[in-house]
Amino acid sequence: MKQFAAFVQKEFYHILRDHWTMIILLVLPILMVILFGYGISTEVKNTRFAVLDPSRDVLTQGIVNKLANSEYFILGDYLTSNDEVETCFTHSDYGLVLVFGSRFAEQAMEPGGAQIQLIADGSDPNTASILTTYASSLITSYQQEMMKGETPKMMIAPEVKLLYNPSMKNSFNTVPGIMGVIIILICALMTSVSLTREKEHGTMEVLLVSPMRPMLIIFSKVIPYFCISLVNLATILLLAHFMLGVPIVGSFGLVVLISLIYIFVSLALGLFISTVAEKQIVALLISGAGLMLPVVYLSGMMFPLESMPVALQWVANIIPAKWFIIAMRNVMIKGLGFMSVIKEIAILTLMGTIIIIASLKRFKIRLE
Amino acid sequence: MEYKINGRRRPEREDRRPFVTNNDNYDNNDNLINYKYYNSMLIYLLEKEFKQFVRNSFLPKMVVMLPLVAMLIFPLIANFEVKNINLSVVDHDKSSQSQHLIQKIQSSGYFRLTNVADSYSAALEQVEINNADMLIEIPIGFEKELESGQGTKILIAANAVNGVKGGLGSSYLMSILNNYSGDIIATRLPVSAQLKSAGFEIIPRYWFNPTLKYVVFMIPALMVMVLAIVSGFLPAMNIVGEKEAGTIEQMNVTPVSRLHFILSKLIPYWVVGFVVLTIAILVARWVYGFKPQGSIGTIYLFASMFMLAFSGFGLVISNYAKTMQQAIFMILFFLLTFIFLSGFYTPINNMPGWAKMFSNFSPFKYIIQVIRLVYLKGNSFADMVPHFLALCGFAVFFNGWAVLSYRKKS
Repeated sequence: MKQFAAFVQKEFYHILRDHWTMIILLVLPILMVILFGYGISTEVKNTRFAVLDPSRDVLTQGIVNKLANSEYFILGDYLTSNDEVETCFTHSDYGLVLVFGSRFAEQAMEPGGAQIQLIADGSDPNTASILTTYASSLITSYQQEMMKGETPKMMIAPEVKLLYNPSMKNSFNTVPGIMGVIIILICALMTSVSLTREKEHGTMEVLLVSPMRPMLIIFSKVIPYFCISLVNLATILLLAHFMLGVPIVGSFGLVVLISLIYIFVSLALGLFISTVAEKQIVALLISGAGLMLPVVYLSGMMFPLESMPVALQWVANIIPAKWFIIAMRNVMIKGLGFMSVIKEIAILTLMGTIIIIASLKRFKIRLE
Repeated sequence: MEYKINGRRRPEREDRRPFVTNNDNYDNNDNLINYKYYNSMLIYLLEKEFKQFVRNSFLPKMVVMLPLVAMLIFPLIANFEVKNINLSVVDHDKSSQSQHLIQKIQSSGYFRLTNVADSYSAALEQVEINNADMLIEIPIGFEKELESGQGTKILIAANAVNGVKGGLGSSYLMSILNNYSGDIIATRLPVSAQLKSAGFEIIPRYWFNPTLKYVVFMIPALMVMVLAIVSGFLPAMNIVGEKEAGTIEQMNVTPVSRLHFILSKLIPYWVVGFVVLTIAILVARWVYGFKPQGSIGTIYLFASMFMLAFSGFGLVISNYAKTMQQAIFMILFFLLTFIFLSGFYTPINNMPGWAKMFSNFSPFKYIIQVIRLVYLKGNSFADMVPHFLALCGFAVFFNGWAVLSYRKKS
């Protein structure tokens, strides 16, 4: 046991004395929480819009005011001709142009009605469709206010509940994903690289001929990364809670349990990669291209899986992070209990067990 | 003295012997200052670098595969489009009106009716286990209240863990309900009133991308991504690789000047960068039928300035990192920051003020904007002079830093 403690101490020194890596390992989660939390906000606010309004009557004024008074839009310039519409998008940062016909108010009373064109900048498709949806609903509600008294009120009054995340914050969606990425990064990538480094430098031989059992050598390698990942997990949860306002609705114990199982899977993956790779750079490439990229892009962390082609959705099933993220969202954000994540927990445990058995079988304790 | 290079005997001309120390030819730092030898030395170094590159078992393949994979697979994944929203319906009324409404929702193309539940809680359960994204509950007496003209209520609940999906889904559903009730109002009103309520029609138009294809948004950003990896990441790894293998010491004891050494490391990757960019442009053209509205020359011009700037960044990293592992972490760290602040995924306008301010420090911001502007809106060079100047600034800053922080002494 004393030997083991000495080995663990050695591994800690390895990490603590590499300042750059240490700093990055501790700062990376903070950076990611900030970037993902704020950087990819898809909330559209304060978009400037321009107006081309040849009629300038009460009705058009009312519509423009309705938009300008909402939190989504800020009134920019009035345009004078159709040609200016294009420069709005090419030379300044307008998101939307409102184009009325001439004699708008009169036409609105005639059969066929008047037309409003909402011209959005389609080069960013998502923002464009969000903007036109917001603007249309504002205009429709203005229309209904105007018609009050003359026609019956709205026939169907929809009552909308946005479950789990009423303010539609992006971070609710991404925080579980960030945990998934950081844990893979630290447990799988760092573990595999540090094990292959010993191989590459030839110091693995020295370790293997020492009186320590091979299992314990590996175990001592894994412990420091396990600790760092716990620190990072805590950092992410604290930042998410106090900075981004992401709650932990479900049981905290369950969050920890799921994370521990996922850390176990990631460590097993790191171990497995180190049994396959002989060189650091190979281990880096395998864990970078084979683990990190799929975890970021195929786990449903940023991009919804359902929008992807079916083949990619199948591939996503073998990515542990996908199951971790589903389970985490269920517990953390939706506040569901153990029964709801039993499938994900079972899948993760199974994955971890298979990988650890495979890598222990592959691990060579003999010198070559 | 005879030198053999590549098995050929080198001609014994005086000017072919840069390795003989001659005090007139070197300054105090052992840098070659006699310009007679300058060009030939760079050419030999470049020959070495190109050979190393081509003889690497992995790099040439990667250069071809990287733009192909990025351009073909990534657009399939990086998709924020909201479609195929799974809907669970609770229909307490089971009347012809409610059936009609459900049909109308289904035919809108956004929704997929995945299950019909008996109660709100049963439908909510479907949402909880992710079988449904939204639920709609139609109350008893829906048809009766509609036909009597009283108006009725409908409950919509959306899973908003993914805020965009929840928000857009519910607003799609609301606009369908609006239209539906508008239709009913229209049929119930006398003709005179119908005329009065004709009102106005809202027509959304999307310029530059009328069908709102997300690919159009992603492709310029992907081109930049690929360029950055080739021009910044690869040379940095190359230099750090020499450090780790110890061969950089051999370089440092030769009379090769700092500038030559750096140029010999960068030029091959600039060439490769143009190859990669061309592959990406061709894939965009042939696979997605996406060609620039503006001039392609502008794209190459800006791309070369970006590569110059970003390779300087790679050099800075390589000067500070001692091992590949450190280099990868540093690059990962900065690449993430640059990309997120560049408007790669979402427009800079949506960011909070401080992030908007920081985005000015990301070289990616300028080049991504330029490629999007040229591809979609056909802007010319004259429109984008500020972008160009910004990239020049980055080039001077990073390369200056790289030259200052590079030490031949260890």
